[in-house]
Amino acid sequence: MSAAPPAGLPRGVAALARALDERALSSREATAALLAAIEAEQRRPDGLGAFLAVDAEGALAAADAADAARARGDSGPLAGVPIAHKDIFVTRGQPSTAGSRMLAGYRSPFDATVVARLGAGEPGGAPGAGTVCLGKLNCDEFAMGSANENSAFFPTRNPWDRSRVPGGSSGGSAAGVAAGLVAGATGTDTGGSIRQPAAFCGITGIKPTYGVCSRHGMIAFASSLDQAGPLGTSAEDCALLLSAMSGHDPRDATSAARPPQDYAAAMRAPRPGASAARPLQGVRIGLPAEFFPPGLAPDVAAAVRAALTELEKLGATLLDVSLPRTELSIPVYYIIAPAEASSNLSRFDGVRYGHRAARYADLADMYRKTRSEGFGAEVKRRIMIGTYVLSHGYYDAYYLQAQKLRRMIADDFRAAFARCDLIAGPVAPTVAWKLGAGADDPVQAYLADIFTLPASLAGLPGMSVPAGFGEGGLPVGLQLIGDYFAEGALLHAAHALQQATDWHARRPQ
Amino acid sequence: MALTHEDVRRIADLARLELQPAEQAALLGQLNGFFRIVERMSAVDTRGVEPLYTPLSALHEVAAPLREDAVTEVDERTANQASAPEVAAGLFLVPKVIE
Repeated sequence: MSAAPPAGLPRGVAALARALDERALSSREATAALLAAIEAEQRRPDGLGAFLAVDAEGALAAADAADAARARGDSGPLAGVPIAHKDIFVTRGQPSTAGSRMLAGYRSPFDATVVARLGAGEPGGAPGAGTVCLGKLNCDEFAMGSANENSAFFPTRNPWDRSRVPGGSSGGSAAGVAAGLVAGATGTDTGGSIRQPAAFCGITGIKPTYGVCSRHGMIAFASSLDQAGPLGTSAEDCALLLSAMSGHDPRDATSAARPPQDYAAAMRAPRPGASAARPLQGVRIGLPAEFFPPGLAPDVAAAVRAALTELEKLGATLLDVSLPRTELSIPVYYIIAPAEASSNLSRFDGVRYGHRAARYADLADMYRKTRSEGFGAEVKRRIMIGTYVLSHGYYDAYYLQAQKLRRMIADDFRAAFARCDLIAGPVAPTVAWKLGAGADDPVQAYLADIFTLPASLAGLPGMSVPAGFGEGGLPVGLQLIGDYFAEGALLHAAHALQQATDWHARRPQ
Repeated sequence: MALTHEDVRRIADLARLELQPAEQAALLGQLNGFFRIVERMSAVDTRGVEPLYTPLSALHEVAAPLREDAVTEVDERTANQASAPEVAAGLFLVPKVIE
């Protein structure tokens, strides 16, 4: 049985927005059709498990409001397009769990800035883009994981092969978009959590430069790395969602003070000297030797090489560059991210919100029992690592050393970008693995994040673009990394590739 | 230098976590496996390198943004306390600290 959405419903944000513009269908029709598809999915014994919560009533009310706004002619650019949010973003009137028992039953008194901007707008602020929120999408607990199996509630399955993982931590977002249950979705990326699930599920995702999207209302994992971004069926979907969700936010001290960006326009803007047949004329794409190690799975290498050949045909020039500290990015990231997580997650103490243990001896015992009951194994592991590397006598050797290496990793990118405009390679060393395959040695699973961690540590924008299929017909993602704030150039290259190929248009059967 | 059970107990105490014996045994092996990966990092000479605490400082100087010292939020105490485990008279309740 197919996971396809209702027949005839346009796929993706851009196509649905166009159909709504042309009055080919109403938002209520699109929303009702997707809600029915989500419900059918939830009844299957091998259901995808993409949603942690569905808000049918709220979605239909928002759809009616969008249809009315369109009829009046004062609607936002994405009015009535049904999407859903990773459950890392807090939402008023819907659960906000971060995939954790710690926050089961928690109700946020406010919407995350990204949620408000994509929806009805911020209170007292400019109107939002007008999307309809169908519900909250499954994710690894506190966004810690690469397979979505660390969700405290249930794992998400990959729509291309339901015995496999969708990637993580934005696994519900990627599976939902790939299966056509949502037109697009939000995600967050700390060390690859948008790019890797997008690759595993054969869709397009972009992690923008650190600071492009507000982190206000995004439940914090590692604050110097966390960044929000969209997942969609194409570069165009991502450009539309990113334009709506990005921009300066005084409520996030690390938000970049830049004017609003029109990424869809940047995506389409022709390059000087380019032609219709060679839209990427003059684009220099650097290939780090370290992204093509001997251990790279042959099917992934072949698919990535084929996508690079397409980019070359479109006018791009390929050249060799080096990111010599690619492998070191694994220990550097897994020191810094857990250190920040151990600090961020200290707020979960059973006092102001979230779980509190039922039985305890005193205050300290209440903290310990609350946290031990509320957090899952991976979260505890990272809190333990973070607490240790920040503790007296170990800070310099681990945390400070990692932050110095982080500078060296950023300097390596700077040297590479002196010679090229974009960097390309695989998103992950393999296609999606079987559910449960990583359970024996959770620390070994960290090694599979090798290609997404360097850009995260440097704060650079990175993208996952479908690049065909590997073993078992499973999708492979091409990673494109840009210089700081070069989201437009990334989307431009991805869009050019998607105009010339149809990998992104394939859907799971 | 491998961690011992005593180290794991001490870290768990600092982190306010209560580990079951099986959890603690598994964590000891996992943490030691992790710090073997970290050893590669320790060998790199980083003398004179400035740490990169926030990524955009690789691009330009990053200063903490300041705003007017003015009230911008409305009082939402009831909504903010709606998800608290125990509240009375607008206050968060905790177990008795002083006997």
